[in-house]
Amino acid sequence: MTEIVAKLIDTTTCIGCKACEAACQQWNDQGTTYGTFDGTYQTMPEVRHDFWNLIKFEEIEHEDNTLDWIFSKYQCMHCIEPGCMDVCPVPGAIFRHDNGIVDFDHNLCIGCGYCIAGCPFDIPRLSPVTQKVYKCTLCSDRTSVGLEPACVKACPTSCLTFGTRDDLLQVAENRAEDLRGAGHDNAGVYNPLGVGGTNVLYVLKDADRPQSYGLPADPAVHWTVKLWKGPVKWLGNLVFFGGLLGVLLHYVRVGPLGEEHGGEA
Amino acid sequence: MTNGWTDVANADVVLVMGGNPAENHPVGFRFVMQAKKERNAKLVCVDPRFNRTAAVSDEYVAIRAGSDIAFLGGLINYALNSDRYHREYVAQHTNAAFIIADGFGFEDGHFSGWDADSSTYDKSTWSYELDGHGHARVDPTLQHPRCVFQLMARHYERYTADVVASISGCSAEAFERAAKVITSSGRAGRSGTVLYALGWTQHSHSVQLIHCAAMLQLLLGNIGMPGGGVNAQRGHSNIQGATDMGAWNMLPGYLKVPKAPQTSLAAYNAANSPRALRPNSMNYWGSTPRFMTSLLKAYYGANAQASNDFGYDWLPKIDESANHSWGQIFDDMNEGEMEGLISFGMNPVANGPNTPKMIAALGKLKWMIVVENFETETAAFWKAQDLAGEYYPGAKKPEDIGTEVFLLPAGCFAEKDGTFVNSSRWLQWKDAALPPPGDAKNDQEIIARLFLKLRELYQQEGGTAPDPLLNIAWDYGNAISPSLTEVAKEVSGRSVGDARQVGGFGELHADGSTLCGNWLYSGSFTEAGNMMDRRGQEDPTGLGLFADYAWSWPANRRVLYNRASADAAGRPWDTTRAPIRWDDGRYLGDVADYGANAPPEQYGSFIMLAEGVAKLFAPDFVEGPFPEHYEPAESPVDNLLHPTVNSNPMATIMRGELDPLGTAADYPYVAVTFRLTEHFHYWTKHISTTSQLQTEFFIEVPEELASQKDIANGDLVAVTAARGRVEGPALVTKRLRALHVNDRPVFQLGIPIHWGFVGRVRGPLVNNLTPSVLDPNSGTPEYKGFLVNLEKL
Repeated sequence: MTEIVAKLIDTTTCIGCKACEAACQQWNDQGTTYGTFDGTYQTMPEVRHDFWNLIKFEEIEHEDNTLDWIFSKYQCMHCIEPGCMDVCPVPGAIFRHDNGIVDFDHNLCIGCGYCIAGCPFDIPRLSPVTQKVYKCTLCSDRTSVGLEPACVKACPTSCLTFGTRDDLLQVAENRAEDLRGAGHDNAGVYNPLGVGGTNVLYVLKDADRPQSYGLPADPAVHWTVKLWKGPVKWLGNLVFFGGLLGVLLHYVRVGPLGEEHGGEA
Repeated sequence: MTNGWTDVANADVVLVMGGNPAENHPVGFRFVMQAKKERNAKLVCVDPRFNRTAAVSDEYVAIRAGSDIAFLGGLINYALNSDRYHREYVAQHTNAAFIIADGFGFEDGHFSGWDADSSTYDKSTWSYELDGHGHARVDPTLQHPRCVFQLMARHYERYTADVVASISGCSAEAFERAAKVITSSGRAGRSGTVLYALGWTQHSHSVQLIHCAAMLQLLLGNIGMPGGGVNAQRGHSNIQGATDMGAWNMLPGYLKVPKAPQTSLAAYNAANSPRALRPNSMNYWGSTPRFMTSLLKAYYGANAQASNDFGYDWLPKIDESANHSWGQIFDDMNEGEMEGLISFGMNPVANGPNTPKMIAALGKLKWMIVVENFETETAAFWKAQDLAGEYYPGAKKPEDIGTEVFLLPAGCFAEKDGTFVNSSRWLQWKDAALPPPGDAKNDQEIIARLFLKLRELYQQEGGTAPDPLLNIAWDYGNAISPSLTEVAKEVSGRSVGDARQVGGFGELHADGSTLCGNWLYSGSFTEAGNMMDRRGQEDPTGLGLFADYAWSWPANRRVLYNRASADAAGRPWDTTRAPIRWDDGRYLGDVADYGANAPPEQYGSFIMLAEGVAKLFAPDFVEGPFPEHYEPAESPVDNLLHPTVNSNPMATIMRGELDPLGTAADYPYVAVTFRLTEHFHYWTKHISTTSQLQTEFFIEVPEELASQKDIANGDLVAVTAARGRVEGPALVTKRLRALHVNDRPVFQLGIPIHWGFVGRVRGPLVNNLTPSVLDPNSGTPEYKGFLVNLEKL
């Protein structure tokens, strides 16, 4: 059986160097889009269809006048229960590899953008050029041949690691325990269960406020999405197949359309 | 670095001050993170800006740019007063016990010997009291009132926590909190490292600043210890190699360039072979004649013979008082005293102080050759009026500039083999990845073609002094593009007779029987092969020495001064962190910084110094034997310690028409320049990925100041200095705060380098603002702590 893989991001040893951004851009052969200055060190305000890995910078002043400058890596979380996949109308356009990576098949993607609405982490982006949706693939082209993702390869402090999900969950819990031992009482692991857990895991110094790291506190697939894939889907199917049935019945009862409707040519 | 990057993982305390390794040395910073994760090491960051290193630190202290010596002097005072220093180490391995001549003193900002009329020092009182053998007198109890230890304690007793706070703008509590962590390494069994970079070297008192850090580390017993040391993080991939291979006043291996009065090799050797100041001093610079003759043999080959002083006469000599550091070169150029310039792998218009003056100076040359990968600001200086006229209103139009510019395209680092010498002093051999594009040639070919053509012209036409060129040995297999392997073998050295590579500098001779291009690199290419090309991963000591990985100067030693890691009898201060061990008549572990078979008691531990021990009191520098807090040349406040002697009285300050200094009345804010992770110097604005990661120039403005001036994040602002201006969007940040200096608020602005008027992404050059103020010992400009004004546009 293929083991489920994961990427661990230890935010306590991230130095915000953006080596992961550069590696992601280069490995995935993305073009260069120069950002406009938005008053932070961030390369751009949000991820783009051609920029899948973004370090977010956040200055937080505490009541005791001390300062935190948080660097958090933002990319597809490769959810165990991916909202994007749930909502996608084209079977197979979004799929999970055996190792857990959530990937897009761009031959099938119709660019409807439902996955964008369905993602609780606001990750997928529509390309205005190809009219298809793009996001981090966890370097499925590298991991499938035994390599680590490009971002992990480039990380200088080893705050990024790649391995089996079971192993990394243990590593993450151990690290959080070390941090709690060092006085960071709220240290913990971010592995939100609202999406069934994720294949991208975080160690946070302040796991009680993941929003500081640009992460939703309690992400879940939206109820409208669940409805769309649940009852409404069947309702839709009913309407769709009902329509087909109607056409069939009409054909059986009335017969093919007559020549008079299309004979001018 | 006295130690190396891999060694930082051995530290219990990491003091980052005057550097920002998380941003500028992110790969090396992994070893800081390793120390934090595996040893629970404490990271203390002291910096004017809350930077990306501060973001992962355990203690951060904000200080005013230019107040570092006050902070470090305060740490010395704190360590002495609270008995948090390694007394046995200090007595054993430093000149603390040495007695200083009667008459030495310090008063009102000047050391003894100051002559106000000439603004110079007579250094005669900055000396040891000698006995009849010419050896320094010592008091091993450290009690003599004129011993270095007592003089040092008196000098720094003024640096109380409150005084440090008043000068640097931090709170006394913040200082003491950091001091407690830093001095926790001041005993056997604890190690603390110091990491610094241009935040320390770019001051008008920078050499003394690093001297002060070395004093602190000696007091704490951290020199020679794994996880210790004073560690310069070099700012370019091979700047350590460039330094090792010479400068205007240094020949390779830190041999001094001969001075005019040294008219013979014997006179040179006599002047540069110090006398031992203690009976047990190995005094290794006494080896100068062996290294110098071997260097001359490398330069001149068979033309160098004992009968002609091995060609010593062909070496250029400098005047006693000469200064040809590059800051001075541009001043001379601006005065019209130079005809031509070869700018090889350097971009002075971008990285020199006072860019408007640099541009004006280059316009006074007849010719300039620029050897580069890209068209740099220096190569394009004559277009400054067209490309960035808003910043250079005084720059001439291209048609009015007479300088003939030759831009020679050079291969980049990936297109040639050879070595990088990193901060750890490791010489790492690399292979070429691909050939240079188009007409680009590799450096050695450009140098060789220039040399061969010039030699031909001298042969044909004669000249004022043809001998130095005509006598150079050029025995390479391919004369127009020498193989770097051949050059590396020559640098490492060989015997002249049988052409066998020497094993190390111990085998070099003064009789002309050996040649060696740099004695410090001797042993890097031996009969066993290219030691720099090794990639062994073994680490038998577990201390990260990696003796079989690349090759480290000198003699493949990984921790400099490692003899000081043990007491007088050779017993390690810390058995878990002993780089060397004396075992049955020899040292095991790292290559001992000492005679390999010399018993621990035989010599003083600092073999390169005439004292045989490290110098707390160092009369070598021009402004005093102890570091003293002096304000930057442009400062918003008076010097709290001695208002009448505000800044370094010996600083080199250019005074020409284009070099005005500003005052706080017109320019109330303190500016510091800095580098960003996303870019490398002025190169990566030519590269698409890095340009994307940080596209636009910006100016960091403290939130409180922005609010006073109604500046919102992203608003366009102008920063002006007495010399020039820059414009860009404001990055309004909580990471810069008002500092209370002597009870009044001082704001600091952070301005990144990296942009210029050529490249894929462009922006103003920060050096439009910086002053031509140089450290008098090193010639490094003062880029940290100069005065500016800020206005919203």
